[in-house]
This record gives sequence, structure tokens and C-alpha cells, in this order.
Amino acid sequence: MERSQIEAKLTDLLVDELGLERDDITMEAKFEEDLDVDSLGVVELLMALEDNFDVKIPDEEAEKITTVGEAADLVNQKLNG
Amino acid sequence: MDRRRVVITGMGTVNPLAHSVDDFWEALLDGKSGAGPITLFDPEGLGTQIAAEVKDFDPEVYMPRKDSRRLDRSTMLFWAATKQAFDDADLAFEDGDPASLRAGVVCGTGIGGIGTTQQQMGVLAERGSSRVSPLAIPMIMSNQAAGAVSIDFHLGGPSTCTVTACAASANAIGDAAEIIRRGVTDVMVAGGMEGAVTAFAMGGFSSMKALSSRNDEPHRASRPFDKDRDGFLLGEGAGSLILESLEHATARGAKIYGEVSGYGMSADAYHITLPRPGGGGAARAMQGALDDARVASDTVDYINAHGTSTPANDVTETLAIKTVFGDAAYDIPVSSTKSMTGHMLGGAGAVEAVIALKSLAEGVVPPTINYTTPDPECDLDYVPNEAREAKVNSVLSNSFGFGGHNVSLLFTSV
Repeated sequence: MERSQIEAKLTDLLVDELGLERDDITMEAKFEEDLDVDSLGVVELLMALEDNFDVKIPDEEAEKITTVGEAADLVNQKLNG
Repeated sequence: MDRRRVVITGMGTVNPLAHSVDDFWEALLDGKSGAGPITLFDPEGLGTQIAAEVKDFDPEVYMPRKDSRRLDRSTMLFWAATKQAFDDADLAFEDGDPASLRAGVVCGTGIGGIGTTQQQMGVLAERGSSRVSPLAIPMIMSNQAAGAVSIDFHLGGPSTCTVTACAASANAIGDAAEIIRRGVTDVMVAGGMEGAVTAFAMGGFSSMKALSSRNDEPHRASRPFDKDRDGFLLGEGAGSLILESLEHATARGAKIYGEVSGYGMSADAYHITLPRPGGGGAARAMQGALDDARVASDTVDYINAHGTSTPANDVTETLAIKTVFGDAAYDIPVSSTKSMTGHMLGGAGAVEAVIALKSLAEGVVPPTINYTTPDPECDLDYVPNEAREAKVNSVLSNSFGFGGHNVSLLFTSV
């Protein structure tokens, strides 16, 4: 999967699963500060990423994610090495 | 020392008949039924396939989906009713405002977030415990609604939850009034809700043979005190009241619907679901409310009955009313509005408190609909089928729960 496809699918998940506004989502946006996604929301997102991209994200990697772009990076790395 | 008086200055409800107090009252006086075929899930195979659902409830009217998706349906119903109640009371608090620290909430529910429980149990069964949502616990908790209301309406005083089955929100109102009487707060949100029209809850109630199975005539299924009643009609909904000390309400010039003047409680101490035959427990709750208000039984103008439409409740409650009021029981209008709303379980006491207070304010008693065949064992004046104008200065409202919890509240004009 191309990086751009990952970003598009990630954006869809944030809208569909977490109920965020599409216009607010940029790759630079910080979950907590910019998108008002708290720690529970981040866990929901990670579970959605695992389900939808068919990847495994260990807690120690998950804890480093603070922006949408970092989440896309992590998925990209899992899928494309 | 005279205790502080507690009055109601705002009301809200979301229930099977309406999404506002005014529309609700109009529907009640018209004798409408909120029942219909179940739409919230596929009831295929169940003995009972009807319920009184809240129609067209859209949480996004009240908050963005990002927030509403973190609240169970039952919590959302109470939240919506509470928003209406604050607007009606023309009252609001800001976060950190000193007054907000003297305002709290008591919210009752029978089984809390059972819809979420059922949904997440499905995830557990299909995919294992590691896939259970991080929102499962906060959404399942019976106290989620009290918590959410304290957060969003900035209430820094006591925040608690009563879980006494179908008596829950009557307990909530009584307990909230006690908190104000003790001087701990000046304002309390009090009420409760249920959102249990789910396959799991319907299956359980259906297996208990507690529900009406009049699937072909949903509007006629709930028929309290009628000889042909065959069980209750499950409803869902919420009621929320703003309680204030009389001084606080008067000082800010609030409109006052009435006073919480008596709160009586008892336990049947008899059976996990059946009422104690003879209705002694229910009678002690009613007498307790009168004693708490320090009034005699001849002051009661209307009784909003628990009146579930089950064979056992309606006979027992009738006996209990006769125990308390003697021969005068025959002269008091007694109606069960569950004939129209269905039985909203933990929400029933609060929604029926709204009815009691509207009845005080409007001088009209809502009917018991579907009353066609008298039962020799239920021989009081049940206000059959038509609303009635009456002098109403005092209303007793009964709520009895599985487990033997009996609560009676007395509301009076100020």
C-alpha cells in the first residue's frame, strides 16, 4: 500500500471511528492538543489501525505516537518496511 | 428546627411519546401510546416483539459525534433531558464558579449501559478480551450518566447514582432532596433513565414472563389495572428535574413547579422479583412519604401509580393504596401513565415525577388508557381512558423495583 493510500485510509478511520471532523485532520495535527483525542481515543485508534491495516502495534511503539503523521509512519513501516 | 424546603424549578424528558415536556404532556392528555414493533434490533424468535422506544433520537442534536459516541444510549437520554431541564430552569454553571460547587447530581438507572455491555460481550465472544474497547467500562458503568452530567454541566457538588431497578430515579429525586435539606448543596439535578430495549434485556424479561405478548396490538399492550393485562410493556427514556432549596429558587426569582415534600422507602424483604402479597411494603413506602411531609392521607389529590400492567403489581398496589387511605382510597384518582409510556424501568420514577408536577401545575390528571374490563381485585378510580380536570395540590408517585425496593414521593404545590 502506498503512503498516500495509508494516509487516506487513516483519515477515514479518524472520521468514521473516532468521529473527528475531516477538515481538522492534517498529518501534522497532534492528537491531544489539536484534535482533542485523549489516551482512550488513542487506544481506540490503535485498535482500529490493527484491524484495518492488519498489523500488530506493540505498546512501546504505540506510546511514541503523538501526531497523525507519526501514526501513518508507523503503519507504513509495518507494511512497507 | 424547620428543615430546608426543596422545590422543582426545571424539568426535561426524552421518552417514547415526546422529546420535550410540553409535547409529552399534550400526548398524555390525548391518551396516546408510545408502543410499537421493536426497531432497535431484530426481535425474531422472541415471545414479545413490541416495546415503547424513544423515536428518532439523534445524540448529535446535543453534542458532536466525537463526544456522543463515548456515551451509552441511556446516558445520552439523561443528558438530553438534563439539558432541557437546565434551560427550563434558566440556570447554568461555569466550571470553577463557586456556585457550581454547591450543585450536584443524583441519577438513577436500573441496568445502566446494558446496550454497550451486550455489544462488547459480542466482541469478547468473537474476538477475545484484547479487542474489548477502552470505552467499554466507562460506557457500561451505571454511574456514567451522573458523571457525564457533572462534567458537562459543571456540577462540583455530590455526584452519585441510585441503582434500585424500577425505583431508581424515584430514589434519585428523594436522595437529591435530602442532600439539599442537609444544606450540602443549593441545587441538584435529579432523575434517571433506561435504555434497555436490547436483545439481551428483552430476552431476560421475556423469559421471566414479565412482558405483555400482545404483539398484534402494541398500543393496547400496556393496560394497567385492566382484567386482561398480561405483563408490562418495556419502555426506554429519561426524566430530569432541577431541584433547589426554596430560598435559592426564590432569591433568583425562578418559576416553581412544586415541592418535594415527602420521601418514603421500604423493602418488601420477600422475593427477588415478586411483590409481597398484600402490599405491606408498598403501603409503608406511601405512609412514609406522608409522614415525612407531616401531612394526613386525606390531603392527597392524585396518585400516579407504579401500575406496571403485570397481574401481580396492580393487585398488590391496589391493596397497598387501600391500606394507607382506607375507604377514602375510592375517592382518589389513581392512574398509571405506563399505559402510554410503557415501563421505563430506572427512568420511570423521574418521568412520572414530571407528570406529577405538570398535574399540579395544570390541574389535570392524565388517564390510564386501555382500561376496558374491570378486575374485581382492582376496584379503585383509575381515571379510565380520558384525562380529567381536578383540583390537584398534592400528588403521590409510586415506584417499586425488582428486589423489593419501594419508593413513594409526595409532590405538593407551593
